[in-house]
Parts: sequence; structure tokens; C-alpha cells
Amino acid sequence: MESRQSYEIIWHGRGGQGAVTAAKMFTEAAYYAGFKGVSAKPAYFSERRGAPVSVHTRVSVEPVRTFANVLFPDIAVVLDDNLLEMVNVTSNLKTGGLIVVNSAQTAYDLGLEGQYSVAISDAYRCSQEAGLIIEGNVLVSTSILGPLVASTDLVGTEDIRKAIEKKFKGKSIERNLKAFELAHDRTIIVDIKRRVAVAKG
Amino acid sequence: MGQVEIITANTAAAFAAKLCRVQVISAYPITPQTPVTEELAEMVESGALQAEYITVESEHSALASVVAASQVGARVFTATSANGLLYMHEMLHWAAGSRVPIVMACVNRGVGAPWTILNDQQDTISQRDTGWLQIYCRNSQEVLDTIIQGFRLAEQIQIPVMVCYDGFVLSHASTPVDVPSQDEVDRFLPRFLDRSGINGGTPMNVNPLILSDPRLGPDDKLMPGYMEFRFMLQRDILNSLQIIESVDREFSDVFGRSWGGSLWKYKMEDADHAIVSMGSLASECTIAADMLRDRGVKVGVVGVRVYRPFPASQISEYLSHLKTVTFFEKDVSYGFHGAVAMDAKAALYESASRPSVSSYVVGLGGRDVRPEQLAEATINCIGGSTGHHWLDVRN
Repeated sequence: MESRQSYEIIWHGRGGQGAVTAAKMFTEAAYYAGFKGVSAKPAYFSERRGAPVSVHTRVSVEPVRTFANVLFPDIAVVLDDNLLEMVNVTSNLKTGGLIVVNSAQTAYDLGLEGQYSVAISDAYRCSQEAGLIIEGNVLVSTSILGPLVASTDLVGTEDIRKAIEKKFKGKSIERNLKAFELAHDRTIIVDIKRRVAVAKG
Repeated sequence: MGQVEIITANTAAAFAAKLCRVQVISAYPITPQTPVTEELAEMVESGALQAEYITVESEHSALASVVAASQVGARVFTATSANGLLYMHEMLHWAAGSRVPIVMACVNRGVGAPWTILNDQQDTISQRDTGWLQIYCRNSQEVLDTIIQGFRLAEQIQIPVMVCYDGFVLSHASTPVDVPSQDEVDRFLPRFLDRSGINGGTPMNVNPLILSDPRLGPDDKLMPGYMEFRFMLQRDILNSLQIIESVDREFSDVFGRSWGGSLWKYKMEDADHAIVSMGSLASECTIAADMLRDRGVKVGVVGVRVYRPFPASQISEYLSHLKTVTFFEKDVSYGFHGAVAMDAKAALYESASRPSVSSYVVGLGGRDVRPEQLAEATINCIGGSTGHHWLDVRN
């Protein structure tokens, strides 16, 4: 993506899945990366565990003065690919934007075709491998940051490491870092515009 | 030196109470205020905050508890929202009449029925006439700073202070907040001095039944009547406007941040038109002003930070020479207009010149308010559409 002053990101997850934690860690990392204005606002209120929820975040060179919902995001981050069938996450995505998905499938299988790029990583599996499992739940809130960092230049791996070290304690830090790094390294980025061109050729 | 943390306004409020070394906390959880009570309870439980946390069965009892604790000389804190605040109504009057320096975080939420947990400012506006100071914050940094200022202010004038901030919009949004060090806060806010005299062993009858006319007390001194007590409250609240300014200046000397006292201005130097608003909505209005300036319209914003006491003469000074003023607020006095617009228009009555005015009720019950909508409504006012309107009411 082109370099700009501010970016808007919507995170889609299910209640209890870690969308807020992921968004908060990312905004914290963005602050470390030099963005003076960052905000993460949950756009859900009394939804139950498992219901679709979203979090609206902004990262900006200047302090953030707006608190309105994000309508036309630059980036949509999807923590659960089942949500793609329930929520139209790409309808308001800016042209040339980016969708980041936790999935074991390909962009083609997921039906992601449009004027945007796609970054996919199997964050769930990466978290499993890193041992990020509590009471049977696989936690994807740090691993989902892998494909987001791999496909943008908003924050660096070091910024994420700082955010993880602030958020977690003890062995949990290593597990979260490992999950992030695995998901980062296994990211597949598809520039849909180029794909369309290839298909035409 | 402080440290920047990415936290919600609720966490900022809890940090502020801790930094102010509050001694007694009593609160009843209600969305969206709940995290304030949870975080303070954890701090007390872990020993990080040396305070008594009184769990109660209702907001009425929460405020009654801190009134009592304040009367025997403790620095006290509580927090609430919406219907919880309304349940305190009787004790709000009692606290102000007792002249106790309580600081309360009010996390603004729409009032039921019908139930909503989302934001507007009808809850605190409806408690306007209880004798509390009301300060509305535009972001989470201001929330933290205003609670610290609030204790200085409340203890100086012996009047309780509500620190109001928008539910979810601020209360649950994580943003960078510079959390000051304990040393800095201690320098600004000295340890609380018990002025009650009750702990000194002096027997006294607190808030006895009082007659309409002054009468002799047990020490043969003439005691004020009910009306004199009310007059003193009104006089001291009006006079607090000066103290609010000086507290904000002194705060700036220690922390390097000033919040404008009772009103703040954005791009007003050369403005022909103003937008007036309160809380996070006023911050949103600065974006609308930027949009209109990009279109060549000279618009600025006046943010009402302190709603009670109402900074009437300052409002008049800032607005009277303008062509138009557009008010946006998240409250309404049913049967008339929004509270801020009514008061500001009353303040302008004495001026020789007055702007054209339109006022908008917006964002009730969490309805999203976008800068483009604010800019459009402001353009309509500039184009001659005056009067009272509701923005974005759908069929």
C-alpha cells in the first residue's frame, strides 16, 4: 500500500476469540513504531461469546481526534474464515486495500476476489504448534498479527515483540512470539490485481 | 516523569483515582463504568492501593457511603453511569448540600427505557441541578488529568465534582495516555486534610433539620437558614469558575498539559462561525471544522469543558461577534432544546450583537456521529437554517 498519514483497520472475530486483544496489541506496536495517534474501539457491547464482533482501529501520524466508527477501512483483519460467509468484510474495503485472513484455505477457495490484496496465514495452526491453548481454546490473537505485519510496513516485528512482552508474562511470552513468527513466516500474499492480469494472459 | 500507556478511559480513571491516593471507594458496577470498579477493586485487593473498598447493594448506598466517609475526613471516589446515576439522585443533592469534596467518574450512557447501554449525555445532563460541578472530557488523557484536577478543585471549594466521559466511545477505546508519576501527582495534590472536625472529638450534629430563618446555635452564634446555605452553594459554585482556571494553570505548570479551564477553542482566531459541543463529540467537531476550512469556510470550535458552573460570560465573549453558531449535543430537554444550546443562548442575551444559531440533538443511544454529518449541518446553519433539529433520525 502507498505510504500515508493515517490508516483505518477493522478487525472481525467472534466474541471471546481475541479480536480486542489483537487490535490492542497492534495499536500498541504501532505506537512503538512512531504513530502518535492510535485507537482501538470495540464495536460490540453485550454480544455473547461466539457472536460476530468487530473492533475499529486507527493508526495515525497525528493524535486521533475522531471517535466515529470506521466505515471504509484500509485493512480488514478476519480472525475466523467462517465469518466471511456471515459478514461482508470486503464491501466497504477501500480500493487497493488489504484483507488479512486466518485460514487454511487459499484466497481462491475463500472467494476473495476484488480490487484489494489478500494475506492469508493459518494462524490457528501456528498457535496450536506454539502451544497457545488454554482450556482447549486455541488463541489466535497474536498469531493473526503475523500475516498483518508480513503484508504491510506499518509496524516491525520488534514493535510486536515489545507489545507481546508488555501484554504477557513468563513462558507465555515465548509461546506468543513463536505463534506470531510462525504465522508471519507462513503468510501467503496475493495481489488480486496481478492475479487478474495473469488470468487474462 | 510519566509513562505513555495504551489504555481505555476507564483504566485512565482508575489510575487517576489511585494516583490521587483515594482512601475510600464505594461503587456499584454498571456498564460501561464496570471496568473502573473492577480495576480499583483489584488494586485494593493486591495492596497496590491503600484504601477501603466498600461493596454495596446499590448506587444510592455507594454514594451514601462516600458522603459519610468524606464527612469524617477521607478522600473518596466513586463512579457510575446512566440509571445508576439516576438511582443516586437523592444522594447527589445530599452530597452537594453537605459540601463534601467527592469526585465521581460519570461514564455517559443513554437512559432507559428503552434500555440502551450505549452512549449519550442525557444521564448527567438530567442531574444538572443537583449542585455538583460537571466537567466533560474530550479524550482519555483529559479524563485522567481531570480526575486529578477534580480533587484539587473539590477540596478547595468543598463541592463535589462529576468528571463525565462518553461511554464506549472513550470508556472502552484504547488510546495513548501519559500516566504521570506518583511524585508529580503528590506535588500537585497534597495529602487530604480532614476539615470535618469530627475525628477531632468535637461532638456535632451533621445536617440537622433547619428552619427558614437564621437562628441561634448551641454556641449562641447565629446559624444560617436553609436559604442562606443554598445561597452559599450557588455563590461558591459561581466563584469556582476562577478556581477552575487557576487549577488548570497550576496543573499545566506541573504536568505540561492544560485543558483550557472551563472552555477550549479550536481555530477560533479568525473564525466567522463556531461549532459548540461537549465531550468526545466536541473533538469530533474539530474534524468537521477542518473539513469546512478546506472548503474555505472559516469555522472554529468552542468546546464546553465545564458545564456547571456554566461559563456564561466567557461563552458570550467567544460567540457574540460571530455570524453563526451551531450546537451539537447528546442530550435534550424534552419539550424545548438541547441543554448547552439553551444555556449558551441565555448567556448571549446580554450581548449587543448575537450570532444566528441552530442547535442539533445528535448521537443518542450510541448512534454513530460522523464528521461529514456535522460539517453538513454546520453549512446548513451558515446558509440560514436556524432553530432546533435532530440529526440522522431515520424513518
